[in-house]
Amino acid sequence: MRQDFDDLLTKGRAGDKRAVARLISTIEQGGEESRSLLTQLWPHTGQARIFGITGPPGAGKSTLTNALTKCWRASGLRVGIIAVDPTSPFTGGAILGDRVRMGDLTLDKGVFIRSMGTRGQLGGLSPASAGAVHVLDACGYDLILLETVGVGQSEVAVMETADLVLVLNVPGLGDDVQAIKAGILEIGDLFAVNKADRPGADRTANELRAMLELGEEEKRSLPVLLVSASQGTGIEELCAALDTQYQYLDESGELAKRRSLRLRSELLTLVREGIEQHLLQPLLDSPTFQQSLQQFQARKESPYLWAAEFVTQIKIGGSGCELHES
Amino acid sequence: MSEKKIRVLIAKPGLDGHDRGAKVVARALRDAGFEVIYTGLRQTPEQIVEAAVSEDVDAVGLSLLSGAHNYLFPRVIELLREQDANGILVFGGGVIPEEDIPGLKQAGVAEVFTPGTPTSETVDFLRAHCGGGE
Repeated sequence: MRQDFDDLLTKGRAGDKRAVARLISTIEQGGEESRSLLTQLWPHTGQARIFGITGPPGAGKSTLTNALTKCWRASGLRVGIIAVDPTSPFTGGAILGDRVRMGDLTLDKGVFIRSMGTRGQLGGLSPASAGAVHVLDACGYDLILLETVGVGQSEVAVMETADLVLVLNVPGLGDDVQAIKAGILEIGDLFAVNKADRPGADRTANELRAMLELGEEEKRSLPVLLVSASQGTGIEELCAALDTQYQYLDESGELAKRRSLRLRSELLTLVREGIEQHLLQPLLDSPTFQQSLQQFQARKESPYLWAAEFVTQIKIGGSGCELHES
Repeated sequence: MSEKKIRVLIAKPGLDGHDRGAKVVARALRDAGFEVIYTGLRQTPEQIVEAAVSEDVDAVGLSLLSGAHNYLFPRVIELLREQDANGILVFGGGVIPEEDIPGLKQAGVAEVFTPGTPTSETVDFLRAHCGGGE
């Protein structure tokens, strides 16, 4: 198996898209194999710049991704794109349609595009997107663009995976009070108002600027740019602004800080998954738990007490399954 | 973690701009729990194959109403073979005359679903031939 990954990695680094695709599928599949692949990848990661693009549905994230990628390609960078679209909570199915706007890039040997479903994960990304970023990083893509699902106000997971986040907005979605709300607008390192040819774009940009100026602790103002992704206006400026912003993050030490936080959160996720799989799942499957559920429902036992005792059992080294009836 | 999800690319090769059929199938596959990658109109066989390879799909569905299926369908299969990706199943749909179907199958098209086919038939076919899935 290990040999397999070696071979795919070598091919992937040489630009073989099929090999990269296979590696990402291994990550998506999860489990032991994914873990062993990630372990093997790990020493080769940490080289790529990871940019996140987020914004409401239909804001133009995919079109902008297409336009920005062409800009980076012109300067010779290899670009990897992970585009996330929502998975149905009912059927588990998904329509992944981000490629519709990226037809220009399909045949470019230096661009790899992968569509992913959210597969039950909240926050705007997919459970495997962080792993897929590692694959692209290890395969030598210089710049990785992570396009989130169309988000509302609180899907901020992208900031935990990307070095830098571009928040895309469009005119006509709300007033200046929307602009000072917590959530998505707090995670931007830079902002773009797309569809700049539409009425109200200037006003939206000004509201964003005003919002950013209200913050006292901010040492410098974050850029707000007007672009039209479909017409190609403002793209070069945005591309340059992203570079400047990245450079600033790097030189100020913020990038290192973010990457260390990201590692921490990735590690915690892994530990949490392990705990869930090894301690929680056996508990949920145990007949004792089923009985206790009935006791809770009949108000004969307290779930609060039960949970506290379960945790105590873990602390003293017991297994969840062997929890006694209280 | 999870059982393998069936991933299908739905593509519109050639120059006709009618994608209702493709969307109906995409929607039906979505509702059957598949991940459907939709690439939009007017794709060349090269673009379709490149996308299918990058997305590591189990199957490619080609929808065509322009009459160019006898060239475009086999061309997609040929390019998949060149990429060493002939494990990807190719099926077709659209306005395909009955008499063309045997030739397309000969060329490697796994199945052709003409107008009026219940979408469940396509779903069942893919489940049977792509393995896994829910």
